[in-house]
Amino acid sequence: MTQIASFTIEHTRFLDPKGQATQALPAFAQNREALIDLYKAMVLTRTFDAKAVSLQRTGRLGTYASSLGQEAVPVGTAAAMRAEDVFLPSFREQGGQILRGVRMTEILLYWGGDERGSDFAGPREDFPICIPVGTHAPHAAGVARAFQLRGEARVAVCVFGDGATSRGDVYEAMNFAGVQNLPVVFVVNNNLWAISVPRSRQTAAETLAQKGIAAGIPGMQVDGNDVIAVRHAVGLAIERARAGKGPALVEALTYRLSDHTTADDASRYRDDAEVSARWKEEPISRLRQYLIESETWTKAEEETLIADCAAQVEAAVSEYLATPPLPPTAMFDHLYAVLPTALAEQRAEVEEASES
Amino acid sequence: MTEATLVEAVGLALACAMEDDETVLLLGEDIGVDGGVFRATADLIARFGAGRVMDTPLSESLFAGLAVGLGAQGFRPVVEYQFMGFIYPAIDQILNHAGRLRNRTRGRLTCPLVIRAPFGGGIHAPEHHSESMEALFAHIPGIRVVIPSSPARAYGLLLAAIRDPDPVVFLEPKRIYRALKEDIADDGIAAPLDQCFTLRAGRDMTLVTWGAMVVETLAAAEILAAEGVEAEVIDVATLKPLDMAAILSSVERTGRCVIVHEAPLSGGVGAEIAAGLANRGLVNLLAPVQRVAGYDTVMPLPRLETDYMPTEERILRTARRVLAYA
Ligand SMILES: Cc1ncc(C[n+]2csc(CCOP(=O)(O)OP(=O)(O)O)c2C)c(N)n1
Ligand SMILES: [Mg+2]
Repeated sequence: MTQIASFTIEHTRFLDPKGQATQALPAFAQNREALIDLYKAMVLTRTFDAKAVSLQRTGRLGTYASSLGQEAVPVGTAAAMRAEDVFLPSFREQGGQILRGVRMTEILLYWGGDERGSDFAGPREDFPICIPVGTHAPHAAGVARAFQLRGEARVAVCVFGDGATSRGDVYEAMNFAGVQNLPVVFVVNNNLWAISVPRSRQTAAETLAQKGIAAGIPGMQVDGNDVIAVRHAVGLAIERARAGKGPALVEALTYRLSDHTTADDASRYRDDAEVSARWKEEPISRLRQYLIESETWTKAEEETLIADCAAQVEAAVSEYLATPPLPPTAMFDHLYAVLPTALAEQRAEVEEASES
Repeated sequence: MTEATLVEAVGLALACAMEDDETVLLLGEDIGVDGGVFRATADLIARFGAGRVMDTPLSESLFAGLAVGLGAQGFRPVVEYQFMGFIYPAIDQILNHAGRLRNRTRGRLTCPLVIRAPFGGGIHAPEHHSESMEALFAHIPGIRVVIPSSPARAYGLLLAAIRDPDPVVFLEPKRIYRALKEDIADDGIAAPLDQCFTLRAGRDMTLVTWGAMVVETLAAAEILAAEGVEAEVIDVATLKPLDMAAILSSVERTGRCVIVHEAPLSGGVGAEIAAGLANRGLVNLLAPVQRVAGYDTVMPLPRLETDYMPTEERILRTARRVLAYA
């Protein structure tokens, strides 16, 4: 027998759950402001999620998918991107969207049932969230192919869950990205659950990162509750892709502390004890601990930040609640570039019904 | 002027669109050096390079999704599926993404893509290579479904589909891919979308059809003409959105209508046309609207396929029944 292939999957972590550095921090993290920006983005995300859940509970928002406990994955990922890159999130990466300039009002509008929530004023080329699990991975490959054809030094960054890695679309996209050496980075937001299905029932593969290897692209794993590790590994993958060296897959290991969505009750299928244990590993207190111990973060700053995040979220909520719905005819207005005459009658019917 | 078959006209339109607009790209299986299983893209890779004529891996969901990403970035991808039987994984991308992206982003991101696939029976092809499932696509909001029925219309409609800013599913009736040659000016002039074509004028009845069935329907009309019955023959061409106005105006004059399609009867596009006539044309009808269609069965393997497909005789039998109403 001859061994003809072998692979290893590296796991990267800089901060352990207690906020202790396990190795020298990467260069970007030597800068106090950079770390504080990551911290602030995660706290804002958590504040936003909590508010969105409470809006849903009080009947002012539709079903919502919180990212409680997973904030480091989207935040670290988006922080590693340049403005001109394109972000293709699933539905639990609001932290990354906010960092890229999607307005919190827009996110609330979307989950509040208004299409204008996906007409981002900020990152105009970023994709809206993707509900059919994993179906946006091919879009990311298409966007990356567009960059490649135009010779642009831009990267498409696509995030999906652990459940999504079982879908053919994700494999098809990674496989094609490998064949064409596309500037795309895939990030698995592995929160160990796909609604009620645990990671162990999703695949017999030891890591999700190695699914990249099968597609011929590098795969690596990071501690997804360590925002420094996420920012670092995704950043290396993005810059590698930007330099023409091709795609990569980064598996970020985190944990979904919330229910799947506000329509779910995770206590039906998941032990409270497991969740409590995982609270000890969550990303925000970990980084806060590190910042406090390295004497770069004070109680006063923490209080100011919390007040500031609450004020920003409140402002977004007020704007959202004050936005009147579109007129019913709006359902026809962006269906095609020009409404086909065959649809004029239906539009007129809606217009008439809404006037009477 | 070039003489071209329907499949050659497809190739001419692709080349013309690529020449005019460098954002037009082709994707699909074996479309490069091999020129596609029906040779629709023959020689295009030599002319336009592998960047614009790309052989993809065997990933049918992927290439529709790729086209969504490319479309959102301002390219005009034209995706080839080897046969309609293998397009179904892409319905997810067409229905959940291509048809929705403009609407869900309020026009911020759009999908100017074309999905091409040969379809239909009658060439003794293997299992899964002969179905006519156009109604599945015609049900999807936000897209167009276009079916040419002659070389000239294939050329003009494909150019129109590529230039259209919204997704178009362009289904090519492969039974007539090489049935006849027509002079194609290759002048880059598109044919109108969203409109029926009247292939034959007549005052006594209206025969409505599309795709390869145009052949049997026109032949039936000739026989009827010999019997003194002038049938108008309408090629629907764009099945979604449907040009009901043209069909209604014809039936207003003729008072009788037979719809012919190869696809299974129930839930076919013929049902939509019949409903449109019932809703808005009932007062003009002198006889019940009838459909001649494939049966609600699994498309048989080649030994029985001609028993499945509407024939000139079935069309004539139904037309005579409709004419018999006083
Ligand atoms: C293709 C598809 N199948 C099923 C669903 C219903 N669904 C929504 S989220 C979800 C689980 C997704 O798990 P994962 O990919 O791990 O993402 P997470 O929700 O954990 O962030 C399922 C089954 C869907 N939206 N899309
Ligand atoms: Mg998950």
